[in-house]
Amino acid sequence: MTTLRPVSVEEIESLAIGAWILGTGGGGSPYLALLNMRELYRQGAVVSLMDPMDLADDDLVAVVSNMGAPLVGQERLTDPKTIASAVTMMEEYLGRGFRAIMSLEIGGGNAIQPFMAAALLGRPVVDADCMGRAFPEAQMTSFAIHDLQMYPLVLVDVRDNAVVVARAASWKWMERLSRTACVAVGSIAATCKAPRTGKEVKECAILGSTSKAIRLGQTVQSARRAHRDPIEAIVEAEGGQLLFAGKIADVARRATEGFLRGTARIDGLGEHRGRAFELAFQNEFAVGWLDGAPRVMTPDLICVMDTVSGDAIGTETLRYGQRVSVVALPAPPVLLTPKGLEHVGPRAFGYDLEFQSVFA
Amino acid sequence: MKRIGIDVGGTNTDAVQLDGDTVVHAVKTPTTADVTGGITSALRALIEERPGFPGALPSVGGLGGPAARPPMLTIDAVMIGTTHFTNAVVQRRDLTRVAAIRIGLPASASLPPFVDWPEDLAALVRGEVVMLEGGHEYDGRPIVPFDDKGMREACRRIRSAGITSVAIASVFSPLNAECETRAAAILQEECPGVAVTLSHQLGRIGLLERENAALLNAALIPLARRTARAFSEALRRSGLAAPLYLTQNDGTVALAATAEAFPVYSFASGPTNSMRGAAFLSGLSDAIVIDVGGTTTDVGSLRHGFPREANSVVEVGGVRTLFRMPDVLSLGLGGGSLVADDGQGVGPQSVGYRLVDEGRVFGGRTLTATDVAVAAGLIDLGDRRRVADLPADLVKRALARMHATIEEGVDRMKTDAREEPLIAVGGGCFLVPEHLPGVSEVIHVRHQAVANAVGAAIAQVSGEVDQIFQNLGREVAIAEARRIAEERAVTAGADRATLETVDVEDLPLAYLPGHSLRVRVRVVGDIGQDVSKERPR
Repeated sequence: MTTLRPVSVEEIESLAIGAWILGTGGGGSPYLALLNMRELYRQGAVVSLMDPMDLADDDLVAVVSNMGAPLVGQERLTDPKTIASAVTMMEEYLGRGFRAIMSLEIGGGNAIQPFMAAALLGRPVVDADCMGRAFPEAQMTSFAIHDLQMYPLVLVDVRDNAVVVARAASWKWMERLSRTACVAVGSIAATCKAPRTGKEVKECAILGSTSKAIRLGQTVQSARRAHRDPIEAIVEAEGGQLLFAGKIADVARRATEGFLRGTARIDGLGEHRGRAFELAFQNEFAVGWLDGAPRVMTPDLICVMDTVSGDAIGTETLRYGQRVSVVALPAPPVLLTPKGLEHVGPRAFGYDLEFQSVFA
Repeated sequence: MKRIGIDVGGTNTDAVQLDGDTVVHAVKTPTTADVTGGITSALRALIEERPGFPGALPSVGGLGGPAARPPMLTIDAVMIGTTHFTNAVVQRRDLTRVAAIRIGLPASASLPPFVDWPEDLAALVRGEVVMLEGGHEYDGRPIVPFDDKGMREACRRIRSAGITSVAIASVFSPLNAECETRAAAILQEECPGVAVTLSHQLGRIGLLERENAALLNAALIPLARRTARAFSEALRRSGLAAPLYLTQNDGTVALAATAEAFPVYSFASGPTNSMRGAAFLSGLSDAIVIDVGGTTTDVGSLRHGFPREANSVVEVGGVRTLFRMPDVLSLGLGGGSLVADDGQGVGPQSVGYRLVDEGRVFGGRTLTATDVAVAAGLIDLGDRRRVADLPADLVKRALARMHATIEEGVDRMKTDAREEPLIAVGGGCFLVPEHLPGVSEVIHVRHQAVANAVGAAIAQVSGEVDQIFQNLGREVAIAEARRIAEERAVTAGADRATLETVDVEDLPLAYLPGHSLRVRVRVVGDIGQDVSKERPR
């Protein structure tokens, strides 16, 4: 028996806060997606959340995401019609309808993209994703780690451009082909990834991540209400570690190949005074060095937050002078397997480092 | 170095004269409807009442004409801070209906201009909303060609709606402003004389926030022009030849002529001035500051002598912007707040500068927060016999209401459960209770009623550069930009030894040939002793 739980607009507000923290600097701010949801709820929409275990093995699930550079998303604002049209176009291509919609990545705005599509298409959202955080590339998913088929993929933009990637020789090829199309349309596009069966979702997705993000948001909200330190509350509730607190002293960014890459330096304050923390990012924070020595690395979640409010700070909104705290949160176990590390460990981002979890 | 700092609030106009680090003299006069009169009176009082002035006169309250005698006072700079623009947004008044032109379709269609504005403010400011095709990609390519014809059509709508101020925001305009400048040119052709705010002049990447800033700016331009001109006129009448500066959000100043086109930059100057003034007067560098004015109360947090800055997004009157501003909570409570419903309701409506005519203790008929404070014996102002008939339970209820508002505001701004000192400043600070939860002590300082004006007088000078550097490495380009900004700050009067970099931002421009980097650097410093020699004309 399938139970669908209607999600309130307040829960979507919490989801936006939690997802932004799980975005580890990337995924794009959920604010604009949240604004779209407020508009849709004002017009009467209600989206339901579906327990993945309620999927039948042969149900078909759409996996959606907005793809591109977060910086571009700050200017070309996300629109529910675009993501819904990617889903519809995939259904047309397959000649078969989707039972439900799920998120590719729970980190950042993509946590809310399936809700935007679901509101327009009247389908439920599955409580799962395949990253448990945010990552910049297509092969950095639990589905890829499980060697599931990576095609077909539909990519659409606002100008009525649409691309179907019918086949790809590997996940890397899928990333390369879809990234090229994405850059061509301005480094922002709505995508419907390779469709998944209910069985694949139940066996290979990261389950419960939507409700986890909602809970995380609620933790921050209740800490703020109680004047508790939200950073401390997150560290406690999620089993995280506070790595550093200080002030942003320098940010270098460049938009290349459809990504936002760069580094940020934080000068320590309080108990970290006199020390320096350096972060490198490719959309998301990938590696952090304390006084020049590697301190934290992907896939451990590297979250940079406003020291006072606990709001996450994205790589595109890092600014000189911000007071920030760097917190590590544990990664989903599937990412920590040898196979997982091949896909999302430090070497996958070009850092010749042996993965060492701060939680080991 | 002799400076005059003036704070023009909704209720009072305060002025102080600083000689170096010493407050030589301070006066408080009512703000007048024409603004000019209040400043003229304040300046006259400052000049004539100052210690040692031959035949010092009692306070001059009337509207000012030219000063009675030439001031025997050499002043190096006059700095005016005003809450006019913030008050206009908070109270939803003196705002002009504007046209919003968004260039970027087919992108961003589901989130039109005003989408995240509070409904009441949007209803006042939203005139025409036009969304046109155009805008740029991150790499400088057009999204689609700019809709020239649509822009001319929009101009016709603007003309027939009688709109006189327009905000234009185009997708990726901080990287390529072509669509915004093209639209502005068409607007000037079709609707000559209309005021234009272009979003790329105000903000950075972030379409919605930049557009919001442009919309607020456009809504405030007529008020800003009137206000800046009134200030200049007041200075002229007072016979002071010093250059006139308006204080800005970040505790720095800009020449009045520049500042009037960008009222949003002066938005938070009131709270910044009062917090910097409170730090200066109390000698404390870490505390909560509450500034109770005539119309509003601002609560902020002082950290290392400066207001704690809001990270990234700042809401002004409920509108999201990306300005670098102090983290301040504004409450609709002040000495002029109306007391209604037998004391159940206090504010946000206020008699403002009319307090001295309309307040009960001053012989008027309107019951205000000040009247309640006089009746409760918190302060002696006007004629207390005029409030002797107020029922004791009304006074009690109104005080409880005000204390609850203040307590809640202080609590919201506290980010630490530990007790902290609270510095109470502003003309209405008698409304602050002596004991509040979470507060170690309530501190009152000398000249507390004019902390704002003190903060304006000690405002710093900035130097800014925003330009494209080609074929230089990033480090070299930023160092060069910093050098230019520092030179500009020193030229504008800053003491080189006090210069501090407050903003560094660089954006690579991939679509330009060579290695192009747009660098923005802003430095600030204290006004130097030899400002009069280096000041630009």
